[in-house]
Amino acid sequence: MIGIEHYLTVAAALFVIGIFGLFLNRKNVIILLMSIELMLLAVNINLVAFSSFLGDLAGQVFTLFVLTVAAAEAAIGLAILVCFFRNRGTIAVEDINVMKG
Amino acid sequence: MSADLNIILPEIILALFAMLALIVAVYTGKDRLAPAMTWITAGVLVLLAVWVGFTGEGDRAAFGGMFIDDAFARFAKVTLLLSAAAVLVMGQEYMERRNILRFEYPVLVALAVVGMMMMVSAGDLMALYMGLELQSLSLYVVASLRRDSVRSTEAGLKYFVLGALSSGMLLYGASLVYGFSGTTLFAGIVAAAGDSGHAPIGLLFGIVFMLAGLAFKVSAVPFHMWTPDVYEGAPTPITAFFATAPKVAAMGLFARVMHDAFGGVVADWQQIVALLSILSMFLGAIAAIGQTNIKRLMAYSSIAHMGYALIGLAAGTEQGVGAMLTYLAIYVTMNVGTFAFILSMQRDGEPVTDIAALNLYARAEPARALAMLILLFSLAGVPPMLGFFAKLGVWQAGLAADMVWLVALSAVASAIGAYYYLRIVFYMYFGSEGAQVETGRSPVLWALLMVPAAAMILGIVNLFGIDGMAQAAAASLVN
Repeated sequence: MIGIEHYLTVAAALFVIGIFGLFLNRKNVIILLMSIELMLLAVNINLVAFSSFLGDLAGQVFTLFVLTVAAAEAAIGLAILVCFFRNRGTIAVEDINVMKG
Repeated sequence: MSADLNIILPEIILALFAMLALIVAVYTGKDRLAPAMTWITAGVLVLLAVWVGFTGEGDRAAFGGMFIDDAFARFAKVTLLLSAAAVLVMGQEYMERRNILRFEYPVLVALAVVGMMMMVSAGDLMALYMGLELQSLSLYVVASLRRDSVRSTEAGLKYFVLGALSSGMLLYGASLVYGFSGTTLFAGIVAAAGDSGHAPIGLLFGIVFMLAGLAFKVSAVPFHMWTPDVYEGAPTPITAFFATAPKVAAMGLFARVMHDAFGGVVADWQQIVALLSILSMFLGAIAAIGQTNIKRLMAYSSIAHMGYALIGLAAGTEQGVGAMLTYLAIYVTMNVGTFAFILSMQRDGEPVTDIAALNLYARAEPARALAMLILLFSLAGVPPMLGFFAKLGVWQAGLAADMVWLVALSAVASAIGAYYYLRIVFYMYFGSEGAQVETGRSPVLWALLMVPAAAMILGIVNLFGIDGMAQAAAASLVN
């Protein structure tokens, strides 16, 4: 029987993979965007699982908002990335270093 | 329904204004209209501030408690609307001269302000998230507004990646809070958390993740990494914007979530907020010492100031929230003045951000140097200036909440931090001969430098009554 804890475990695993992808990745900024998307999707799994478990619709409504915002976020991220690529000629993470820090 | 719409009318009007301005500008003059649009947007923001400040009264909730209009929200809204208007006005000439004043700029600022107004009024996790994202997404774009500059786009990219990470953490926390309390409404969460002083373990995880996300938005250590780079890379008027209105909104949201949703379990989050506060104050004070770029220095300064403001929140009391609001209002005023000065720094028409360029500035421009001296002393918290009373307020709140160690540590941090403000003053008055900086003749920048500087001195009589208003605002939040 699959209970709520299985869903939560999957979501937590996805979330952690997303965070690790963000910090350990040294190659490509696109991978950062994918990691961010992964984190948001983990949250969505959480919300839908809770929503169905609690029998409360608010969680699914929240999921729809999150999906919408994630799309907008990806669009803006890619737009900034395109501008950066035009100026710098690269999207490698280790080349985002004009300013220290 | 119409009563609900009435309550959020200021937000609706500003959102409609932003969209209308975008359409009008696209179909007519585009960037030629940008200076006029900047002034009109600033005017609209000021009008809304007057409207929100003078007409609102009492506690009202719209859409079943998702949107709350109380004295706390109004105080924060007036502060952030006025500071956003001041920043818009002061950046206009600078951006026009450097050919980066695009018509999207005032529109994006207006949309960011809608998001901020939403944040401080949020009464629900969804409202919180939508407000936060509207603000953040607009800010990512304005950070990289100068799209032909490597620095500006890099600042935007860094801000975007780290901001998205923080939104993710906040959201994960929100999902846990929803799951373990069964509702997204703050009123329901506070009931689910109980008032035993300790939250159930699942809810506690949610609180910690949400705290991490919120700390990111107020740039508290250890979530501050983006701040110096974004401040340095973004065009100076936009840096000025980052240092003012979004900070007020994020701190307002922080206080709103902590007290409205987790007000029954103060002991659970108090220690974390106190730790964030100490780390921010010390890192802000120590890391700023070696900086030569004044924008980077202001970034560390803002990190330290957020640390002091967080003392008020860590106190977990009504007095603490009131002191925090007073602190924010004074902090914003000081930063508007300081950035008006930084915006006027130039040499041969090129902007200068090197601190060493201020050598012996006082000989050339005694009046401006004096105003800057007052502002820097105030930022450092030297007694007769208003900045000291801001710190005094949070210290009193901290002492009243028995957090003597926190107050003592913050006094140490403030003594260390005073060094780098005084170093600028030293350069201005006793520096060595060298390449001089010129400050343009813009009357707007002059006024926006002189008025906050004068306020730092005149305000010591009664703080212009803001601390009374802040306490009333805090009373509406904490119960």
